Amino acid sequence: MKLGSALLAAHLWLVLAFLYVPIVVMAVFGFNASPLYALPFQFDLVWYRELAGNTKLIDAGIHSVGIAIVNTIIATALGTMAALAFARYQFRGKTVLQLLLFPPVAVPWLVIGTAMLVFFYWIDIKRGLFAILLGHVALSLPYVIVVVGARLATFPRAVEEAAATLGATPWQTFRRVTAPLLAPGVIGGALFAFAVSFDQFVISYFLAPPGVTTLPVEIYGAIRKGFTPEINAISTIIILVSMGALLLTARFYRFGGER
Amino acid sequence: MSTVAVTDAVKKYDAVAALDGVTMTFRDGEFFGLLGPSGSGKTTLLRAIAGFVTLDRGQVLIDGQDVGGVPVHARNIGMVFQNYALFPHMSVAENVAFGLEVRGRPREDVAQSVKDALAMVRLGGLEQRKPKQLSGGQQQRVALARALVTRPKVLLLDEPLGALDKHLRQEMQVELRRIQRQVGITTIFVTHDQEEALTLSDRIAIFDSGRIIQEGAPMAVYERPVTRFAAGFLGEANFLPGRVTAMETGGLARVALDIGGEALCGLSSGQVGQTVLLALRPEKITLAADGRAGVNAVRGKVLDVVFSGNSTTYRIAVGEQVMVLFRQNLAQGTVAPGTDVVLSWSPDHLVQVTP
Repeated sequence: MKLGSALLAAHLWLVLAFLYVPIVVMAVFGFNASPLYALPFQFDLVWYRELAGNTKLIDAGIHSVGIAIVNTIIATALGTMAALAFARYQFRGKTVLQLLLFPPVAVPWLVIGTAMLVFFYWIDIKRGLFAILLGHVALSLPYVIVVVGARLATFPRAVEEAAATLGATPWQTFRRVTAPLLAPGVIGGALFAFAVSFDQFVISYFLAPPGVTTLPVEIYGAIRKGFTPEINAISTIIILVSMGALLLTARFYRFGGER
Repeated sequence: MSTVAVTDAVKKYDAVAALDGVTMTFRDGEFFGLLGPSGSGKTTLLRAIAGFVTLDRGQVLIDGQDVGGVPVHARNIGMVFQNYALFPHMSVAENVAFGLEVRGRPREDVAQSVKDALAMVRLGGLEQRKPKQLSGGQQQRVALARALVTRPKVLLLDEPLGALDKHLRQEMQVELRRIQRQVGITTIFVTHDQEEALTLSDRIAIFDSGRIIQEGAPMAVYERPVTRFAAGFLGEANFLPGRVTAMETGGLARVALDIGGEALCGLSSGQVGQTVLLALRPEKITLAADGRAGVNAVRGKVLDVVFSGNSTTYRIAVGEQVMVLFRQNLAQGTVAPGTDVVLSWSPDHLVQVTP
């Protein structure tokens, strides 16, 4: 028994090390003075200063955050409405539509990216930030619908009826009962939408015209040209933001739910 | 306070009639039980009164006013749901305050009313708990306080005690009755539990297939069921088919029973030569080890015996039929299976029912 649990603990630490050591190494070299990743380690903020002056990376970052925010708003609104429609109403083709939600999650992004490029060209939507946004919304919508739908599946309908018998108008019922109970699902869906968009490389790469890029695309370009620890610096920032978003998700999934 | 009336209510789901022409009146301040098997229409009627179901035909009148066009939130009703439907994100106090707040009552009034309502259901001190932190019985009390705090015209209860265990259910029955009397509110409740209906109600109605089979005071319906369904649904009954052989003076009829032997009893309708169906409650039958078969007395053989503490249930073969009887355990010991016995009863206890 004792040996067993020791092995289990060792295994767990190995897995964690496998996941996090590369990230930590990358972050550490962001603070190293050498541009050639040479040791010994010498603490310096030079790459963060360089980053502050790198307008291309900063512009790409602004594009990424901007697209992610707009995408989150649109996808969350549309996705929540779609999830409500699936959960509350019977209509023709509902089952087919629900099934069609899943392929975009499973189909390789490369294929979807190619398809979008061809389709947008065909209907004359120019490559650019707008096209990228459209692509991101289409990609993140299923995630929102599934996450909000999961919340709705366990939603106790009787509480809405109870609110009505207590004299609450439909709007009061929505505001004071439905919305607060649905909120954890909507926030979870929104964070998914943000993450899908912010991390998105393939679609953005395909739909970005020369000169206009998002952060992942810009980083990819930089790596190909031969890069400096600036990339480590921006990656560290991205990781901190993503981890923050993840922790928020974890927090809100519990919030007001099955506590 | 308020009366509720339903006139010729019809509601069809696809081709199936959940309500098939129901007309009834709920009197001011009475506790009325709607009883029936699931799918008999009792819940549909309750939800039609609440406003969740729109009738295909007929009217719901509250204090004489047709509420057909009035949405649920404007009907001024109180309702307790089967699983209570408490708001999980609100505390006990917030749950109870909800109905007052959406009506825009001033804050101090709300606080006082919530306090009074929680005192009435004996939940003082639990104001800040969340519903999840309460027992089933406590949740039930919160639901009741929440439904009554707005002083509604009618209280609707949908299987209110169904989710509680037996002991707690009996306790809540007493509690429910006490509170209902105290408030004096017209109360309509749905149940499939016949004992609950008998215990709580001033009057009951038995539903089957969207129609009212019988309504009246619990004792009247129990003692004088009009149909085989009513007799079988509310309590247990032996059904004895027979043929009228003679009409005696004094309104009694002689009936040759199919199980053998003869019955003498009053009939609501019938003439010589006609077949009739008689219902006889198991607890009305007297069991004797010997004696003579004759009028209202038949011979049988004990098949099996179930001892359940305060009473014993016997199944007895009489002719081609098996009859059930309950006997209170006044003396010690039971009659052994295989014993020949004589069953007898008073003429009053035979009730003619329509098959």
